[in-house]
Amino acid sequence: MNKIFKIFSGSATVSIIAIILGLIVGAIVMLVGGYNPLLAYQSLFTQVFGNTYDFGETLREITPLVLTGLAFAFAARTGLFNIGGEGQFIVGMTAATVVGIKVTGLPAIIHAPLAIIAGGLCGGLWAAIVGYLKAKRGVNEVITSIMLNWIALYLANYIVRHFLLMQGKQRSEDILPTASITIQSLSDLMNSARIHWGMLLAVLVAVFFYYFMWKTKQGYELRAVGSNPNAAQYAGMNVGRNIVKAMFISGVFAGLAGAVQILGVFHNQTVMSGSPGTGFDGIAVGLIGMNNPFGILLGAILFGTLTYGSAGMSFGAGVPPELIRIVIGSIIFFIAAQGIVRWFIKPFYSKRKKEKVL
Amino acid sequence: MKKSFKLTIVMLLALTVVLAGCGSKKDNTGSSASADTASSDAAKVKVGMVTDVGGVNDKSFNQSAWEGLQALSGAKAEYLQSTKPDDYETNLNKFVKGGYDLTWGIGMDLGDAIGKIAGQNPNAKLAIIDATVDQPNVKSVTFSENEGSFLVGVVAGMMTKSNKIGFVGGAQIPVIERFEAGFKAGIAAVNPNAELLVNYTGAFDKPDLGKTAASTFYNDGADIVFQAAGATGTGVFNEATARVRSGQKVWVIGVDKDQSLEFGDEVTLTSMIKRVDEAVKRVSQEVIDGSFKGGSEVLGLKENGVGIAETSSKNVPADVLAKVDEYKQKIISGEVTVPTTPTK
Repeated sequence: MNKIFKIFSGSATVSIIAIILGLIVGAIVMLVGGYNPLLAYQSLFTQVFGNTYDFGETLREITPLVLTGLAFAFAARTGLFNIGGEGQFIVGMTAATVVGIKVTGLPAIIHAPLAIIAGGLCGGLWAAIVGYLKAKRGVNEVITSIMLNWIALYLANYIVRHFLLMQGKQRSEDILPTASITIQSLSDLMNSARIHWGMLLAVLVAVFFYYFMWKTKQGYELRAVGSNPNAAQYAGMNVGRNIVKAMFISGVFAGLAGAVQILGVFHNQTVMSGSPGTGFDGIAVGLIGMNNPFGILLGAILFGTLTYGSAGMSFGAGVPPELIRIVIGSIIFFIAAQGIVRWFIKPFYSKRKKEKVL
Repeated sequence: MKKSFKLTIVMLLALTVVLAGCGSKKDNTGSSASADTASSDAAKVKVGMVTDVGGVNDKSFNQSAWEGLQALSGAKAEYLQSTKPDDYETNLNKFVKGGYDLTWGIGMDLGDAIGKIAGQNPNAKLAIIDATVDQPNVKSVTFSENEGSFLVGVVAGMMTKSNKIGFVGGAQIPVIERFEAGFKAGIAAVNPNAELLVNYTGAFDKPDLGKTAASTFYNDGADIVFQAAGATGTGVFNEATARVRSGQKVWVIGVDKDQSLEFGDEVTLTSMIKRVDEAVKRVSQEVIDGSFKGGSEVLGLKENGVGIAETSSKNVPADVLAKVDEYKQKIISGEVTVPTTPTK
């Protein structure tokens, strides 16, 4: 247990301070804009925790963010910048939709997991393309994964439009009830908030992330490649294979996020005019969580709470939803610019221990 | 150990926040009520409106609907913007569970969400534009865009010099196909020689696609382009404006609102008006008067739900407008029926 703390707590203080600074900056912007920040933050929390429905919907908002955040962090631990979470997310969605609609005659206990696995696997393979190109051809993963985002978006639209389209609508048919992962009993309990098994899955994936990365030999290799590929190679590790593996697992996480959104929330896939953005939000979540699985859980909770709560802010205090993005943006800014935060808290620490500033 | 202590404190803090939040569960109704009193008298009828992802400033039907609500007297209007499709249900629920007397969903995308929530909340009143939802507590308002488009088709057919006319659609969905069908029929009625070029961009929020589509049409020799593409249509106007400034004579026919007010008379030939604002206002008024009933209605020329912009006379000669009027009467009397799907 202590190790978890060790990985986590060093960055925790910085994150917390960054969040507080971000909220303060947000409050200042609101003041300048003529809104009451206290009322706004209060309505934000009422929106999120005010009743069971909203609380359930907040969990729904958080779930995919956890998974895409983990996807980003997993690659980042291996020294890869996976900006393609968006594309892997979309591929995961599409695969889950296809399996959810086209595979028939299975009981729910097989069909739903099959659809989830299909989503994860396809997302993983999509990301593995990036890893392969990086390992074998040295192509920068940022470029290929961005490009693959667009390919994924239009490929998904093509598939929905030509194979799954519901007559007269801009969306696919509904997935079969056997593929749904909605937890109906809990959903009824929470005034029909969209609760689904993907929430549990997200937590399990975070635990898996921790276990795999820090408790297994393979995880050690991935981290070694991430810290210093040359040293890793010298130590006899296959750098190329580890890169592909890291991208694959990262893509699986993002693909799972897409799959649970379809199977648990929408139950059908629309023809998208633009990227849904969940994959990109995952990058922010990964940064807030300092690429640590448990930090990411908290980061996703924060991000999801702010996003879902923004409706409450515009409702209760008249603050436009764009402002909440400023708050989120400032939090990420302060986390990315850790130097500023360290400078802020330095006086508190140097009093106690001179040589060890954080 | 010191660090784990710090962590414990952090966790405790987080926990208190969560618990504090849970504690205020019962306050929810109280706090929303206080929001009402803050904005003058609470006895007023409350009307909520949820936009689709276009947002409230789309210069098109979301904006038009919001203007309709603002023009309403004796009611407190509020809107929520949806940034992604996940938001439709939660935003609608915010109003429905917040005790609003009427909740609007703007756009066919919200059809499913409205249907679901109407089923879950049989006592709530909801209404939707551009989609038909079969629930007893939902008022569905759709428009005969084909009839209005027929009239601008007549204008285009009579005024084209190159006998080539363009149509830029947002997405190939029934609503937009009605625009194309009517437009095509209108052109054919007055100018059988004119050719209609059609391009569906696949998006309502991509002005760059609209600009490219318009550019292709104008290069192909079209001199009038009709756009039914929401914010994508802004690009059509941009392209036309650039060409007009460089001396080329091209026109755009606007959609939903009188777009000459937005983009200027030198490029806007006329506009196909879809009176979303009037419909929103009237149905909301029914709630205020207590005469609201579920069901669906289709607003066409007869009901004054669609039509051509009043400012058209600036660019359209009187004889053309007379012809438009003639066809308008024929459509109203049933002498001419306008197709709803484009003939191939």
